[in-house]
Amino acid sequence: MKLHIKNGRFIDPRSGTDTKQDVFIAAGHIVALGSAPADFKAGRVIDASGLIVAPGLVDLSVRLREPGFEYKATLETEMHAATAGGITSLACPPDTDPPLDEPGLVEMLKHRARSLNLVHVYPLGALTVQLAGKRLTEMVLLQEAGCMAFSQADAPLADTQVLWRALQYASTFEFPVWLRPQDGFLAQGGVAHDGEVATRLGLAGIPASAETIAIATIVQLVRDTGARVHLQRLSTARGVELVRAAKAEGLPISCDVSAHHAHLSEMDLGYFDARCHVIPPFRSGRDRDALRQGLADGAIDALCSDHAPVDDDAKQLPFAEAEPGATGLELLLPLALKWGAELKLPLLKTLAVVTDRPARILGIPAGSLAVGEAADVCIFDADAMQRVTAETLKSQGKNTPFLGTELPGRVRYTLVGGQVVFEG
Amino acid sequence: MKNPQLNEHGELQHLLSVEGLPRDTLLHILDTADSFIGITDREVKKVPLLRGKSVFNLFFENSTRTRTTFEIAAKRLSADVINLNINTSSTTKGETLLDTVDNLSAMHADMFIVRHASSGAPYLIAQHVASHLHVINAGDGRHAHPTQGLLDIYTIRHYKRDLSALSVAVVGDVLHSRVARSLIHALTTLGVPDVRVIGPKTLLPAGVEKLGVKVFHDMNHGLAGCDVVVMLRLQNERMNGSLLPSAQEFFKSYGLTPEKLALAKPDAIVMHPGPMNRGVEIDSAVADGPHSVILPQVTFGIAVRMAVMSILAGN
Repeated sequence: MKLHIKNGRFIDPRSGTDTKQDVFIAAGHIVALGSAPADFKAGRVIDASGLIVAPGLVDLSVRLREPGFEYKATLETEMHAATAGGITSLACPPDTDPPLDEPGLVEMLKHRARSLNLVHVYPLGALTVQLAGKRLTEMVLLQEAGCMAFSQADAPLADTQVLWRALQYASTFEFPVWLRPQDGFLAQGGVAHDGEVATRLGLAGIPASAETIAIATIVQLVRDTGARVHLQRLSTARGVELVRAAKAEGLPISCDVSAHHAHLSEMDLGYFDARCHVIPPFRSGRDRDALRQGLADGAIDALCSDHAPVDDDAKQLPFAEAEPGATGLELLLPLALKWGAELKLPLLKTLAVVTDRPARILGIPAGSLAVGEAADVCIFDADAMQRVTAETLKSQGKNTPFLGTELPGRVRYTLVGGQVVFEG
Repeated sequence: MKNPQLNEHGELQHLLSVEGLPRDTLLHILDTADSFIGITDREVKKVPLLRGKSVFNLFFENSTRTRTTFEIAAKRLSADVINLNINTSSTTKGETLLDTVDNLSAMHADMFIVRHASSGAPYLIAQHVASHLHVINAGDGRHAHPTQGLLDIYTIRHYKRDLSALSVAVVGDVLHSRVARSLIHALTTLGVPDVRVIGPKTLLPAGVEKLGVKVFHDMNHGLAGCDVVVMLRLQNERMNGSLLPSAQEFFKSYGLTPEKLALAKPDAIVMHPGPMNRGVEIDSAVADGPHSVILPQVTFGIAVRMAVMSILAGN
């Protein structure tokens, strides 16, 4: 069906366009901007007056919980949540059960996702078998099955020999490696930032050096191997500085931060609020400010939801025993808008960190609204405030530190390949 | 953020931590404890303040001593006491913490005394139970042991009277100590001007100075001129590994001997929450010596726990 999106404010970070212009879609692609092509007859007209028309969001870290953890969430519920959040492409880490370390599992996940026909799902393959940090996976076969990159998810890779070899092997085939930098020994047993709040609450700490030591190690191995590495979910100010220096050196390193970490700090733990039990831990206010600033000045490339739905039974426990993770798909756009507004950034810049930049990191044809591109579109009201409640969240995970708070931004339409997959 | 310990009138609903309690509330507890001291010396050691109430000792972590003192305190207030050692019963069958609490609530409990290995567990329970129920934290992880902190400050006030000119040193494993945290909050809330922590860097938590204490690694410096020395228990499992090389070496650097105690004021008192490791954190000559008030601490502990329970029941 041909689609005409009219009267919207068109924002495309990749081309740097922020203007009032109509969008014309045919056969799943954008066929014209501004004025309609000759004999274009729209099957449907979406009136986007007062709304923003932007590329669909690209989310670099989404746990769909399938296979293995269907009681927490299923592909179907979470893909619906993604569309409600304006997300049209997402990367999912390999820490499913079983982990994504065999081509068959990846093909099955891709097939399941395709049959639901909602958003594009890009699996990350396991870097090591069973994520055990010992044997390399069949990366070439996994890549053929659809893996975009290789990752250890949150499983530790303590053996630097294995990490070194994994980066050498992956770089042989120019496969990117995504790593969440954390020294497993320093983080062992910890559940909160090793600082003032953990001391007060009597929680075992994870020092900031657990992250910086891991980054320093990875940076050195990138220097040695030339592997392209994406660092996931930074949490420390010093970590941002290390990445900034590595980029200045010209190393092929990129990084992201979770939307939660762009807003929250250890102070938000309050009286043992288990909804704030996340990985990596919320750190000091100074760290959070550095993450926000780094995201604005480009030291950090992208903002991700770090979506990790957790069932109530696993959260209604004393802080340390509660399963880490927070739901995030439907909060990515609101938290990006809140961040951008607080730093007084133009929308063009705010939206870049959830569209153009993550699409480049993932290496997918998305995150842009140029003519000829697939019509993955997010149409939203940037000014509408919405209260986050368990009822409004479509995700099966209702656990978020933002429950009960009002956030800006309300998605009105989400289009994937020219099809309207969400209307709100 | 609402303080989960106080009800809508600002009165004590639960006792979960000393931190965040108003000074007047602390003083009220100490003064109430004063009034119970006499009772424990009487022929008939009972008052009827909690008659008809059911107090559940809910211990998810083993402790004979603390459980017993709570039991005695509740019985002296004429309450019915039910002791449950949960680590040996339902949680091993897979029941969740809150399911256990719901079941016991259905048995018409009035008060839960909770000990749990996880910091914050009593908060979870307090936020979950019906509003007529009271929760007392009897020790949660490394976080808090408020009745111990209160009995410690009670003991200090008993022997030293004027808190506004005291130097108090807390020595040893502060990192893992809920006793230290509760006592430090009690001392700073009541205006003790000089609170010190003494220990190796491995046993002091990050940013401990933000609690309002001075940090010493050299015990001789830390003890100089102190009025009160509080020794902390060193758990067996911390004695050799990456935190400490050996119990012997710990004793050499941080064990309280008569020689080290001589650096404190001549009338200094020595406290310990018990149970003591003689020859690890404290020399027997000190533990049994004239400066030691370790056994009076235990006696005062019952009065303080009676005070807390009666105040909660009255609110």
